[in-house]
Amino acid sequence: MNSIQLATFSNHAIYACLAIFAVAFVAHTIEVAWSVRNVEGQAKTEFEFTRTDRAGRIGTAMMILGFLVLLVAVTTRGMSAHRVPWGNMYEFSITGALTLTGAYLFALAKYKLRWLGLPVSLATLLTLGTAITVLYRPSEQLVPALKSPWLALHVSAAIISGGVFLVANLVAATYLWMDAIEKKGPRPTWAAKIPSLESLDQLSYRLIAFVFPLWTFAIIAGAIWAESAWGKYWGWDPKETWAFITWVAYAAYLHARVTVGWRGKRAAWLCIFAGSTFLFNYIYINIWGTGLHTYSGL
Amino acid sequence: MTNTENSIDIGVVGLLRWAWRQLTSMRTALILLMLLGVAAIPGSLFPQRSQEPQKVDQYFANDPTLAHWMDRLRLFNVYASPWFSAIYLLLFISLIGCVLPRTFTHLRAIGKKPPLTPKNLDRMEGHRIIASADAAASFELARKWLKKNRYRLRIQDGSISAEKGYLRETGNLMFHLSLILILVGVALGSLFGMKGETILNVGDRFINTPTSYDTITYGKFQGQGTLIPFALTATDFAAKYDPITGQPTDYTLTTSVENPIGSTPKKIIIKVNKPLTYGSTKIYLQANGYSPIVTIRDKTGAVVFNGPTIFLPQDADLTSVGAIKEPDMTPQIGFIGTFLPTAQMNMKRGGFSSYPEVLNPELLLSAWKGNLGLDSGTPQSVYQLNTAAMKEIGIKALLLGDTYNFGEGSITFTGWKSWVNLQIVEDPGKMYALFGAIFAILGLLISLFTRQRRIWVRVGSDIEIAGLAKNGIPGLDKELDDLARALSGSKEEQK
Ligand code: HEM
Repeated sequence: MNSIQLATFSNHAIYACLAIFAVAFVAHTIEVAWSVRNVEGQAKTEFEFTRTDRAGRIGTAMMILGFLVLLVAVTTRGMSAHRVPWGNMYEFSITGALTLTGAYLFALAKYKLRWLGLPVSLATLLTLGTAITVLYRPSEQLVPALKSPWLALHVSAAIISGGVFLVANLVAATYLWMDAIEKKGPRPTWAAKIPSLESLDQLSYRLIAFVFPLWTFAIIAGAIWAESAWGKYWGWDPKETWAFITWVAYAAYLHARVTVGWRGKRAAWLCIFAGSTFLFNYIYINIWGTGLHTYSGL
Repeated sequence: MTNTENSIDIGVVGLLRWAWRQLTSMRTALILLMLLGVAAIPGSLFPQRSQEPQKVDQYFANDPTLAHWMDRLRLFNVYASPWFSAIYLLLFISLIGCVLPRTFTHLRAIGKKPPLTPKNLDRMEGHRIIASADAAASFELARKWLKKNRYRLRIQDGSISAEKGYLRETGNLMFHLSLILILVGVALGSLFGMKGETILNVGDRFINTPTSYDTITYGKFQGQGTLIPFALTATDFAAKYDPITGQPTDYTLTTSVENPIGSTPKKIIIKVNKPLTYGSTKIYLQANGYSPIVTIRDKTGAVVFNGPTIFLPQDADLTSVGAIKEPDMTPQIGFIGTFLPTAQMNMKRGGFSSYPEVLNPELLLSAWKGNLGLDSGTPQSVYQLNTAAMKEIGIKALLLGDTYNFGEGSITFTGWKSWVNLQIVEDPGKMYALFGAIFAILGLLISLFTRQRRIWVRVGSDIEIAGLAKNGIPGLDKELDDLARALSGSKEEQK
């Protein structure tokens, strides 16, 4: 296949992913919604997941399939441009969606977190949808400043960190939600599958402790690249500044946990705050910001 | 009298000591860390002088009073402002104050054995009791198991105290010490560094002395006579473009460099991501453009000027504008020019360039006569014509080889050259920052992935085991289970 065919193939694969993740989303919705049961003789509603286990398993199968097809889409996109597939915001987004589903599947295999399937499939669907409609750019070669192995390392580390930060945020948000529910009384049945507060708290910490070094590396690789392209390893460009803010926020989170002993709600809020600085950087600075980093192509 | 003096002395020392303890406390460090993040925000929301001076000027034009106040608060210079510096200096004093003592404590602890087994193991985490038939055999088994799992042991009478994960503190200290190293590197760079720019036509020679630069800035303590004595000639410049989109795909600058001046020249290729490096000095290819070559003759036909003039690109297709000034004619003559590498015309845009490479060059000129204003004392840009005391005498579009006769003389468009913008940077602190960064990551990985825990085994009528995981890191229970299984396995063997 030549470049143009590869790019077209990649686009078709993205459309296929949209369909697959849509099915995954519907399946996960059914898993939750159809498990509702009206308890006889009571006005109360209960959830019974055994009834919808098959829907949940279909959801998981679709997530795996979607991940594989997305992997092909991202790879062919890169092949069509003869480079790593993250030269503009469209490509950041599809690669980001890939790491998000990858991180979810990892969490699923290791911690049995199927309940995350609903928000993750929805987030993936939204990311891919905006990518192909709003952010789409034809496949092109890179301008000379972007041709560097450090760029590949920098961006891949940043994208993986981003995917994990998002999962950690989802976990922390779930913690706060479950915490609010448990304040009112015992958990309703539909929430029974969600891990205990303590496991959620531990999980978001472990995710962050795992990616913090990677994020640090992403920033350093970026600095090395900037040094070779612009003659300055750090220039307080808005994108760099926000990457630094995110780094400081997560360092504060780790300190708060390890040295001051924050747990539970306070830690979850801090985690969500740190994650929002990453999202802010990704969305706001990429689209409306200025500076040398604005390669979004919009 | 002496008494009160004494108490004041103690008061001051006490106050200082109190302040130091506050500053190096974990809570202060945490607050300072968050403050640093918050303090970095305004610099990304308002334009910064060092990056976008034109936008700062715009603020002053739009609302001078507001801009003046923002300027007093250093909002256009956030990262060099006293308040930003204050936060990070305090943070790093706090860091040093906390980390250095911990480093010494840690160094002293390295050779030491784990602390004695506490009396009441049942107060510890994961306490469990395993039935044992042969105390001595179990003791030996526990010792072997702990040794195999890389614990340091302290064997006591009837009990073992074991610890592992000293590396965690080592990694943690390494990380924090590396942060200090990074800061030292950054400081060295800004105090002893240098940065300059120059524009060079292909064929020109650049000699590395301060006067050769278009702009040059020094760090606070950088002496001027310290530039590396090299001379560089730009022998060729090639730009490649994507034929469909016109996006640049590759720039290659070929140079001939003498270092020191007078030595045999060496051919060196500089690319965008591959600067030329001499020690801590680097020479970067930063930008490029075109210089149209013209020949100007006076009324008698004598040549008064012949050569290239640097024009500045205005768009991705390298439509370039500039000014050609001829002060030696009377009256003085000036041209405002637009160079189109691949000229094209349409009704809406007039003449414009449709591709960045030179395929169909055209030079659009407007000629002016009068006083160029070069002697007025106020410096003026070489790329712009000051037309205050001049009168326009005509306009003309020239193709390669065309001559325009403007009455006072003539101008011929004879060719073009490429120019390159070189940025020359000296940063002696860069290496420290880089090593700091590498050690920081290593330290971080070591500290985050080392599990620090203690295990105690006491053998009496039964075996008692318990553990402690520092920072509540999970996995202790599983390890105790493994140990218990290994020990109860021994019982079965003996049956
Ligand atoms: C300002 C003074 C600072 C002090 C006094 C300080 C002190 C400490 C201490 C005592 C720990 C203990 C870890 C343990 O017990 O295992 C720690 C961990 C850590 N610190 Fe700092 N630190 C400071 C600044 C910073 C800064 C500026 C950063 C980076 C932005 C940072 C990032 C970390 C990280 C990532 C950890 C690891 C947390 C973990 O083990 O999970 N620290 N720090």
